This record gives sequence, structure tokens and C-alpha cells, in this order.
Amino acid sequence: MSLITLQGIGKKFKVAKRSAGFAEAVKALFVREHAIVEALRDISFTVREGEIVGYIGPNGAGKSTTIKIMSGVLVPDAGTCSIMGYTPWADRVRYVRHIGVVFGQRSQLWWDVPVIDSFELLRDIYAIPPNVYQRNLDTLTEMLDLRDIVRTPVRQLSLGQRMRCEIAASLLHDPAILFLDEPTIGLDAASKIAVRNFIKTINRERGVTVILTTHDMNDIEALADRILMIGRGMLLYDGTLSELRSRYGTRRTITVEYKGAASPIDVTGVECLSWSSGRAVYTFNADQIVIADLINRLAEGGELADVEIESPPVDELILQLYKEHRV
Amino acid sequence: MMAPLSLLRMRFLMGLQYRAAAAAGIMTQLFFGFIFIMVYVAFYTHSGAAQPMTLKEVVAYIWLQQMFLAFIMIWSSDGELFQMIIGGNIAYELCRPWRLYPIWYAKLLAARLSSAALRCLPIAFVVFFLPEPYRFSPPASPAALLLFAASLFAGLLLVVAISMFIYISVFWTMSPVGSLLVVSVAGDFLSGKIVPVPLMPGWMQTIAHLLPFRWTVDFPFRVYTGHIGVQEALAGLAAQMIWLAVLVAAGMWLMRRALRRVVVQGG
Repeated sequence: MSLITLQGIGKKFKVAKRSAGFAEAVKALFVREHAIVEALRDISFTVREGEIVGYIGPNGAGKSTTIKIMSGVLVPDAGTCSIMGYTPWADRVRYVRHIGVVFGQRSQLWWDVPVIDSFELLRDIYAIPPNVYQRNLDTLTEMLDLRDIVRTPVRQLSLGQRMRCEIAASLLHDPAILFLDEPTIGLDAASKIAVRNFIKTINRERGVTVILTTHDMNDIEALADRILMIGRGMLLYDGTLSELRSRYGTRRTITVEYKGAASPIDVTGVECLSWSSGRAVYTFNADQIVIADLINRLAEGGELADVEIESPPVDELILQLYKEHRV
Repeated sequence: MMAPLSLLRMRFLMGLQYRAAAAAGIMTQLFFGFIFIMVYVAFYTHSGAAQPMTLKEVVAYIWLQQMFLAFIMIWSSDGELFQMIIGGNIAYELCRPWRLYPIWYAKLLAARLSSAALRCLPIAFVVFFLPEPYRFSPPASPAALLLFAASLFAGLLLVVAISMFIYISVFWTMSPVGSLLVVSVAGDFLSGKIVPVPLMPGWMQTIAHLLPFRWTVDFPFRVYTGHIGVQEALAGLAAQMIWLAVLVAAGMWLMRRALRRVVVQGG
């Protein structure tokens, strides 16, 4: 039984246009100009309970739109969506109690007051029982290391501190599903790792289903069992990262360093990218070349000091996918 | 319903923090009160014909206006809500387990209550002790005071209901300037905020009586002075309730439509 089912979701936007100025503002009351943008086309997928799903795609592909439809903010023009038995936009008020949402580019915390005041307001908004609130606050403070920052006004927090507070704010009411729209945007390496570890932990320990969008492929590599790729409003790929790798990621790069003088090798299927007297870089297809043989051939050219074989980073796989689908 | 109360509390405390703004506001309101009354004093001294309102009633009317300015200014608006629609933070607002119309209504009501709470009593204290003709006279009768309190509060509810339309319109216009301008110019004038309705020309009074605005200013303040009697005041309270029901129902309907087509700005 799947937790989330999307069926043929489509969404068009009418983009209003208005020039600057006061007269134009008054005019906007009566006449508007707009263009139609098709943000989503026939999106269907299902998510099971306890999954972490990475939702990826280039800017403007429709990731955030999908998240907003799934969190009840936007109403799609076509298709059906059932999450925990609710239709998000129709049953919005009852449904949103069960989900937590973080929009990485926005803030749900009140700007001028200490973080803890925002938490308490959220406690009242969601009518969280006092004991549940206290328990969640304690564990979240512990896990996200918030002890020193909850009494600071939000405007004085760094981005990394704020993001940790945002994530905590979205989990105070024990949601079953967590939607994260670019939770690591703009964060430094340490904060990113903290956020990733936290997401993993709540997924494992509380069984929270997580759907996250990101442009950082390291997020995907660290977190997602499954990726959904969207481009130009269409779903292009749905599967695991390793599947994606085996489909597109067979190309390897080998970097060889020699101790002394060496001569280049010539093997069919192996392409030389750069060659100097001490160092050579070749690229080849792992399906066609046996790596051991290749290393033997390289060793014949001179005494090896170091050999390094690299698979392409996920970014490149994604780029290839984009290229294939002409996104 | 914990959430609206909690929001109301937060807003009230925030308003109370701005003491300097309140003090400046009190000075401004006293200043404007004096200016308006001077104009009317000149007008009453030099016009021969009998006027539909006595000068004493007009003076009380003007001071009430200044005391409860926060209740009657339709254009006094919450920039945060506009910013939410225009900037896209409405996304978070919609992720909360509440309906938007009641919660925004509560927010706006709280803002007006906190703003008036700070200004009304100090102004009342000053104007009760002014020399004639500037002195603020007590209510016509205890019944008038009671009916005034009721009609003023009903008027406040009406003002908030009317101002909700400005916020809802921003979902379409993406700019509050136009609707603010239209509603506030029409509202200020037709509510009797600039000139009391009985002093308007006949044809304009007819228009004012057809619209909801006069129930927010003209009606409660004239109940206080006794210009509107007890019987008429009771009927007026009923009319206020009917207008309130109509405006809230229309506002909720429009809000539902707005949310169906909502676009979260800024990605």
C-alpha cells in the first residue's frame, strides 16, 4: 500500500505581467496581461511509507510545484493525488497536520523574535499537547544542536543555524511525511552534513517518509534510495541511483603516474585525455575493457607509481539524462 | 481555537512595544482634532441656517474619530499579509491546519485592537478637560453609551471585513496600491470620516445609505451623541449584523476562489 499516489498531475500557470509605476498599479486592477506556462505534464508516481525520495531536475523543471501540490498549497489543473487517504488541496486543513514542510528559500520563523517563540506559536497553531511538544523540542534540540540558538532572534542567525531551526519547526507536530524543498541550499559543508545526518536519523528512527528536492548531488548520494527526475514538467526517470549508474555510468577515467620515463599505450577503446612524461589520463568504457588488462598494459609502458580509477560523479549522469531527454 | 488567540496575544504584545509610535500617534490625533474642530467652529459661526447636527455633536463626533482612528481607517493595513501574497510566503501559511479567512481576520482585528488600546484612553483624558467649544461631551445617556460600545465594535468587525477584500484582491492584482486607493478614498468619504453624513448634500447621503461604509463611522459616533435615538440605534445594530454577514460570506467565497488559483510567487 503506497503512502503517496500521484496520477496524471498537470499544472499550468498564467504568468501576469505588469510594468512598473503607480498608474500601472491602478491599471492592474482592471486589465492584466499574461502568458501561459505549463509547469507540470502528466506526472504520476507512488511513494511507499518510510522511503527517502530525491526529487531532482534543472531549475524551473517543476520540482517545487510538485512539492507545493503535494503539500496542499497549490491546486493542480489535472490529475489526482492521494496522500494518506487525503486529497491535499481539497482536505487541506485536516491533511496538513500530518505533514511537515520546509521551503529552503523561505522562512517560517518569525523574523524579529527568538526562535523559541516561533516554536511556541507553532505549538499553539497545531495544538500540540504539552508533553508531546516538550519531548519533541528536547529531542530536536539535542539532534540538531539548537541549545545555544533557540533564544536568539531569527534575524541574527546564520543561514546554517536558521535552516536547522526551520527543519526543527517542521517536525514539532510529529508529521508522518516531511517535504523538503532544497533544504541544503546555500549551506556550508558542515551544515549540509549535519542536515543530511539528521534526515537519515529521523527517517530511520521515526519512520518519517521524506521527499526532498535538491541540486546538490551529494545530498542524493548520501540520502536517497530512490530518485525521481523531472524536466520540463515531465517525469524522466524513476529508479535507484545504482540503476542510473549502470545505465549511464559505465565510463571510467584512469589516471596513471609513472616513477620514471614512460611511453604511451595504444589500446582500442581507450582514449588518451592527456599525456606528459610522468602522468597520463585515459578514459574507457567499463563494459568493453577489462581493468586488470588495462593496468597490465599501462605497467608495460613504465614503472607505475600510482593508479586512480574514477566513476563519473552523479552530476554528470544527470547531465547525460538531461541531454538524452533534451531538457 | 488556540491559534487565533495566540496570534492575537503575540500581535498585542508587539503593538505594546511600540510606545514611541503610540505617543506620536496621540499627538497627531490631537492636532488633527483641533484643526477639524476649528474649521467647523468657523463654519457654524458664519452660516446662518440651522444645521442638521449641533456643533457640540460635531465636536464629540470628531474626538471619537480621533480616539478610535485605528478602528475606522480602512486603509490601515498589514504589510506582512501583502508581502506574504506578493513574496510567496503564503506557501507556509497554507501548510498550517487553519482556514485562511478566519485567521487573517483575527490577525487584522488584533492589530486594530492593540493600536486603539494605546491611544484611546490618553486622548479621552485630554479632550474631556479642554475649554469650550473644544471640550468632548459625555454620552447622551447610559443607554447611548451602551449602544455606542456595541455599534462601535460591530463597526470594527465591519471595517475588518471590508479591508479583507483589499487583501483578497492582491491575489489577482499582485499589488495593493490600486485597491487600497479605491477602497480608502470611497470608504473614508462615504463612511462620514471626512464630513459627517448628515452634513452631506442629499444625493450623497442617499449613496452613503446604500453602502456599508457609514455603519463603521457615522452610525456609532452619532449613537454616542444621541443624534441617533435608542430605537433607531437598535435597528441600526441589526443592519450592521446583516452587512457583516453579507461581507464575511462574500469575502470567504472570494478567498476560496483566490486560493484555488493561488500562485506561489518566487518559486
